[in-house]
Amino acid sequence: MTERAAGRQRIGVVAEQLAMRPWAAAGLAVSGVLVLGAALVGLVYGGAAMHAFWAGSVGTWYALTSGTLVRAVPLILTGLGVAIAFRAGVFNIGAEGQLLAGAIAATYVGLRGAGALGAATLPLALLAGAAAGAAWAGVAALLRARFGILEVISTLMLNFVAADLVSYLVRGPLQEPLHIYPQSATLPSIARLPHFGPSTRLHWGLVLAVVLALIVWWVLVRTAAGFQLRVVGANPFAAAATGRISVTRVTTHAFLISGGLAGLAGAVEVTAVTYALYDNLSPGYGFTAIAVAILAGLHPLGVLCTGFLFAALETGATAMQRDAGVPAAWASAIEAALILAIIAGVALRTRASNLARGGSEE
Amino acid sequence: MTGLDPLLAATVRTTTPLLLAALGELVTERAGVINIGLEGAIIGGAFAATVGATHFGIAGGYAGGLLAGAGVGALLALFVLFVRADQIITGTAITLLAFGTTGALYHAVYGAGGVALSIPTSAALRIPALAAIPVVGPALFDQPAATYLAYVLVGVLWWHFHRTHAGLDLRAVGESPRAARAAGVRVTRVRALAIVFGSMLGGLAGAVLVLAQAGTFAEGMSAGRGFIAIAIVALGRWNPLGVAVAAVVFGVATAMQYVVQALGWPIRYELVLMLPYVLTLLALVLSPRSAAPAMLARLDQ
Repeated sequence: MTERAAGRQRIGVVAEQLAMRPWAAAGLAVSGVLVLGAALVGLVYGGAAMHAFWAGSVGTWYALTSGTLVRAVPLILTGLGVAIAFRAGVFNIGAEGQLLAGAIAATYVGLRGAGALGAATLPLALLAGAAAGAAWAGVAALLRARFGILEVISTLMLNFVAADLVSYLVRGPLQEPLHIYPQSATLPSIARLPHFGPSTRLHWGLVLAVVLALIVWWVLVRTAAGFQLRVVGANPFAAAATGRISVTRVTTHAFLISGGLAGLAGAVEVTAVTYALYDNLSPGYGFTAIAVAILAGLHPLGVLCTGFLFAALETGATAMQRDAGVPAAWASAIEAALILAIIAGVALRTRASNLARGGSEE
Repeated sequence: MTGLDPLLAATVRTTTPLLLAALGELVTERAGVINIGLEGAIIGGAFAATVGATHFGIAGGYAGGLLAGAGVGALLALFVLFVRADQIITGTAITLLAFGTTGALYHAVYGAGGVALSIPTSAALRIPALAAIPVVGPALFDQPAATYLAYVLVGVLWWHFHRTHAGLDLRAVGESPRAARAAGVRVTRVRALAIVFGSMLGGLAGAVLVLAQAGTFAEGMSAGRGFIAIAIVALGRWNPLGVAVAAVVFGVATAMQYVVQALGWPIRYELVLMLPYVLTLLALVLSPRSAAPAMLARLDQ
């Protein structure tokens, strides 16, 4: 028990460090790396590359709405999930697997239920996705609560199982009727999330993501449950010592909600963007989500901004590769550099303030 | 018997990089650190091996892989031990950094289309008497040198952990760093070395992928092997012999997919691929908690 509590304390310190006054540090790190990245790209690849990046990310109305904002939706939803888990001291690095579980469930309900469910198909598909994501996270939550198994290891493994499960389903039980392509049949229109208009790919998932970010923020800051979650994340010992907070219950709930949001991201992706299940449905949204949440200082409203930022970075980079021949992979490198810059900044600042307060390092 | 020979050969081939990476992860985890950046070390090692082998031949390729691994490890050690950043977040970021950098450099150096590369590859080194053993001989003893290195490392690490002072120090750091420090062990130095050594083996695993198997580089060719290595260490219950067996389990499952497809067996290979992970989760549930180093993923401040 004490052994596990010690582990939680370490994680608590991390949550506290990252959640503390995120904006100043984040702003500095983001602007620094973006300016550096832009300068490098401009110097090495020239103005054409920078123009392609601009036009492909936020510089034209179509790119902004049908590219960047569409890509931001799954990043925001999974990023919110990761932020909640990390805030509670739960290292859920399985958002990718939970997203796939949600995509599977939504595809299943959308394909098999459309006939009987009618207009209820879409909401039920989305709910099924969230439930499947929560259940996928629930396995790791149970293993942690019941057997003390590190969630880092279990969620990593469940990511692989989910990816293999998708591979199996789209070549087996859920394969399209002609049995030629490794993908599911296309969802009927009754199971699709509507777009904002005929000429845009932007869909109602964006509204869902923004509303959920506001709800998560409100719950975290204004409700007793949110307060408990923050206390558990900041200091599980103190939380347990109050005698009023069950640390295991709070972390388990945070884990389930985290998985539910990732599962919803998968369901939205299937019902609004791909309309079918297939391998590599997600270009690593669940992993980028970790970067999105960290950069936001684990703040739900910050996730809205960083989710948008990373979406712009990725769509811009894709355009840059297509139109100017600049490797899109630089986007990942810049994302990673952002994260390393911010965690170094936060950790060093915390140490400096500890030393200034007269605390010792060891 | 049909299918057994190719399955054996394919198993040894797929197991070699997994075993090397898992042995590296084992050393790092024994010091109490989970290296999520191992995946980054593998892809970095693969790319560096490609560049090294193109310019300096095979030896240069392996040296490049080791160097890239050491670089990734040094970065992780810097962040975890000196900046005191969280190891899991740092490891994730380092893997992302390695994927981005290798992908971009590959395009930049070898062209946008990914020109077909011809890299010198290391030939199999046949061990005369042993390779003559029926059935298992050729599969086990007609392999590139890296495979033999992996065999030897299993024994060496076992010896190191259980029969040397340095190995005792390493394990003490992962179990109780305070006690180790009180006993005069330089905890931070042991951890730094464990992280760098583990990442170097990851880099070597990446080099093996390029120089002994694919003969070329592809973006993302590490394909999750760094994460699989973490699973292997857990299934192998944090000891070298267990890790060797666990690596073979994952190797067999991976090899099965080729054999199943080639021979048209009526099994879905995706389900076979899933099995080792499920097995690992079960093993974690069934094995006593004491199998994992007590301080794993928790650095005392």
